[in-house]
Amino acid sequence: MELINALVALTNYVIIPATAYGAQLALGALGVTLIYSILRFSNFAHGDTMAFGTAVVILITWGLQAMGISFGPLPTALIALPFGIAVTALMMLGTDRVVYRYYRRIRAQPVVLVMVSVGVMFVMNALTRFLIGVDQINFADGERFIISARTWNQMTGMREPLTLRTTQAITVVTAAITVVALFWFLNRTRTGKSMRAFSDNEDLALLSGIDPDRVVKVTWVLTAALATIAGTLYGLDKSFKAFTYFQIVLPIFASAIVGGIGNPVGAIVGGFIISFSEVGLTYAWKKVAGYLVPAWEPDGLVQLLSTDYKFAVSFVILILVLIFRPTGIFRGKVV
Amino acid sequence: MSPTRQPGDTSPLRAPLFFAILALLILLEGLTTGWNSALGILNMGLISAIMALGINLQWGTAGLFNAGAMGFLALGGLAPVLISMPPTPGAFAAGGMGILTAFVVATIALVLSVVTWRRMPKGRARGLAVTGILLVGFFVYRALFDPAVTAIEAINPSAAGNLGGLGLPTLISWPVGALLAAGAAWLVGKTALGLRSDYLAIATLGIAEIIVAVLKNEQWLDRGVLNVNGIPRPWPVPYEIDLQARPGFAEKAQAWGLDPTLASTLLVKLAFLALFIVVILLLIWASEMALKSPWGRMMHAIRDNEISAAAMGKNITRRHLQVFVLGSAVIGLAGAMMISLDGQMTPSSYNPLRYTFLILVMVVVGGSGSNWGSVLGGVLIWYLWVKAGDWGPEIMQVVMGPVPEGDFKTHMINSAAHMRMLLMGILLLLVLRFSPRGLLPEK
Amino acid sequence: MSYLDASNMTGGYGKADILHGCTLTVEKGQIAVIVGPNGAGKSTAMKAVFGMLPLRGGSVTLDGTDITALSPQDRVKKGMGFVPQVNNVFPTMSVEENLEMGAFIRDDDFHDTMEQVYTLFPILKDKRHQNAGELSGGQRQQVAVGRALMTQPKLLMLDEPTAGVSPIVMDELFDRIIEVARTGISILMVEQNARQALEIADRGYVLVQGANRYTDTGKALLADPEVRRTFLGG
Repeated sequence: MELINALVALTNYVIIPATAYGAQLALGALGVTLIYSILRFSNFAHGDTMAFGTAVVILITWGLQAMGISFGPLPTALIALPFGIAVTALMMLGTDRVVYRYYRRIRAQPVVLVMVSVGVMFVMNALTRFLIGVDQINFADGERFIISARTWNQMTGMREPLTLRTTQAITVVTAAITVVALFWFLNRTRTGKSMRAFSDNEDLALLSGIDPDRVVKVTWVLTAALATIAGTLYGLDKSFKAFTYFQIVLPIFASAIVGGIGNPVGAIVGGFIISFSEVGLTYAWKKVAGYLVPAWEPDGLVQLLSTDYKFAVSFVILILVLIFRPTGIFRGKVV
Repeated sequence: MSPTRQPGDTSPLRAPLFFAILALLILLEGLTTGWNSALGILNMGLISAIMALGINLQWGTAGLFNAGAMGFLALGGLAPVLISMPPTPGAFAAGGMGILTAFVVATIALVLSVVTWRRMPKGRARGLAVTGILLVGFFVYRALFDPAVTAIEAINPSAAGNLGGLGLPTLISWPVGALLAAGAAWLVGKTALGLRSDYLAIATLGIAEIIVAVLKNEQWLDRGVLNVNGIPRPWPVPYEIDLQARPGFAEKAQAWGLDPTLASTLLVKLAFLALFIVVILLLIWASEMALKSPWGRMMHAIRDNEISAAAMGKNITRRHLQVFVLGSAVIGLAGAMMISLDGQMTPSSYNPLRYTFLILVMVVVGGSGSNWGSVLGGVLIWYLWVKAGDWGPEIMQVVMGPVPEGDFKTHMINSAAHMRMLLMGILLLLVLRFSPRGLLPEK
Repeated sequence: MSYLDASNMTGGYGKADILHGCTLTVEKGQIAVIVGPNGAGKSTAMKAVFGMLPLRGGSVTLDGTDITALSPQDRVKKGMGFVPQVNNVFPTMSVEENLEMGAFIRDDDFHDTMEQVYTLFPILKDKRHQNAGELSGGQRQQVAVGRALMTQPKLLMLDEPTAGVSPIVMDELFDRIIEVARTGISILMVEQNARQALEIADRGYVLVQGANRYTDTGKALLADPEVRRTFLGG
């Protein structure tokens, strides 16, 4: 019984939140990795792209709510999502046309493109704050819980609570659908394959008649979609705040590099490695420990690391990977 | 500003002209808003210029992208707290030894695990041994560290609760700030340099967040978000109160047509200004000397063609590490100076946009690789950043004039303060695109 | 007029010319081989034929049409296929996907062509779901040739196809190349293994300093004592 209680507590406080967070990181890391494999630079503006996309989704959600449209038990934001993706995609295509295309033409070094992405980051940051401000925004509506603590108690009669929030389930389901669709696109369609070919061997791709501009455009659209979905899911699950989205680039980069930058499977695995390490190391294990070793009465919270240091987890994992296996777990590109 | 500009066709009058424009802007600020504000902008601009000099050393001379200036700056800012503040009575006795022992234990565990990793044959046993050492080390560390911290934080929590400093002169804390930043930079550079160029950017982005998180949360060290106030001023900067109390000061001020309080503030700011100018001149002199030496020529050779420099047997990663550590030390110095200027340490005020990315804008706009460009960029961009914060809402007020009062108008006027981010982004993009060598190109 | 007629090609990458009036011709269904010492401009000559080198003088005609001004991509559409010496496959894509990418510019059904490639290189059919990067050197070269064949070229150009493979694999690759030529495709290739390559060549070019030194049938060049002594090591 105590063992089951420990398991329930573990599921409730570690497994469920870390899975949802991992799915969000994985989607973010996929966006970073796509840009890296096609345009060959680390996009510092990705967090702000996520923020921009989410801000647009929130505005549309408010519009829909004002018109009295809702999605029943599901958040209205899900209806707004496709429109948000479309706006963000246009934004990305415009940015590429005005900013990035020139540097591809002159074949600029990757580090110059990183600097350029800092400029884009400032602009996106300003636009997002302009659109929606700097405050924390909660935009999740609909049914709050799939399993609330009370339902759980009635179902099982257990003292130890377990809750599953709608947003957590939606995060995992949406992320799974997105990933399946992305992999189907990359592995089964002609355009997707031409993107992989371009990422593999740019010269040979050009020789084979693959149009680089088209590949780049499709990449930006996919990135916009991934960023908007990741941002919206993160915002639904936690809340929206422009600055948080800026900070989230660190765990996202860490996920992409840990998995092997340029490798989509690696981005997903990396996302979950980072999220489980972060949640696991900053969780107060007192309760679980209490169930497992009833004789032991720890005075502290049995927390390995204060939550204020959650970024340190991504950072330490990142550094370890850079020291021991710079190509990442799934051998990404190291150009 | 044509993109076809050839290297070397810049007029020798360019630098004096731009600095004259800058002086004019500061003068205008003094005449319109007041000298207090003008000197305030100038002083902070000069500190930004020192940060820009540090970043310029890394980006301009070696092409290294440091996305963590904020971290090195904050770490440098810790030095005045630890060096020039008076010690908290009883704090060291209560927990100082505990914390020191904890750090010694942590260091021993880390060294031991590295040695074990190197000595033992590859395999599962090695992994287990290293994990074991680290785990035991961690728990012993926490067992020593936690009670010591609790003891220190219990001492006079409303005013202290931290270890305090050594009570030494503030000027000493400046080089110490540089050393602290250099140490952190060495650790990061050692792991991230020699890999892809953007890995350094990502690693520095991470260390910066962690350093600021430490400063925010470790109360025993710097009181965390409770802030440390009353950090002593560096010699020879006086205090306003002492000036005002000085016999004859009020009369002299009145003879200049100034209110004594204002006169004392201005004098303090001027003293800081003089100190900062001395530091900047020293830094530029040292940097120009270094770049003219064989070491500097090699740095340029490496930046201009890494492959051929490597072919000539130059150890590029080692050179990059040197320049990265030096640049970060300069940023640390600026951090210590900034805290001395402010007189307080407020960890929650460190914001990456302001203290990391804005510095990059300063360097690029001023002219990558050019020291005077960094100084110009530092002061000019800081001026624009401050003024754009004022102008934004005013311009928006005019633009929104005909729009009827309502949510939309309020939203637009409230959001106008973010215009300066937009301005900086567009400025950076325009310079990178149309004038990649900046306002004062490298010679 | 020959099927491929690249005459009097002069040009280089920078100011200095690498090619000085180099002429190469290939007849339909025949194999032409370019040999010569290191730095003779062999690969450069082939790149010039494919439009990857700006020419200051001379012309390239394919099947009677002047293609001197066309880009490499447009030359592919006109019926040229090119296999670079290195980085000539998509390493993280399967063999089949490599072939598909080879056919990227084709809008019609290319499955017959793929079957032909599989008949020519049976090993590729067995490994069609394996990533090209995981194959052996010789197999990877087969993928590279197969990829170039997917556009159904009339002229296939190979830049040192046997570089870095074992002698046995080299013989097998040459056999395959002969088979390709028998299907009516003209072949132009640069080779380091001059002796073996000239044995299968209908026409051989010995290039020295960007210009033709000897031009004859492969057999005649092999028989020429001067060529043997200077270029084939006795």
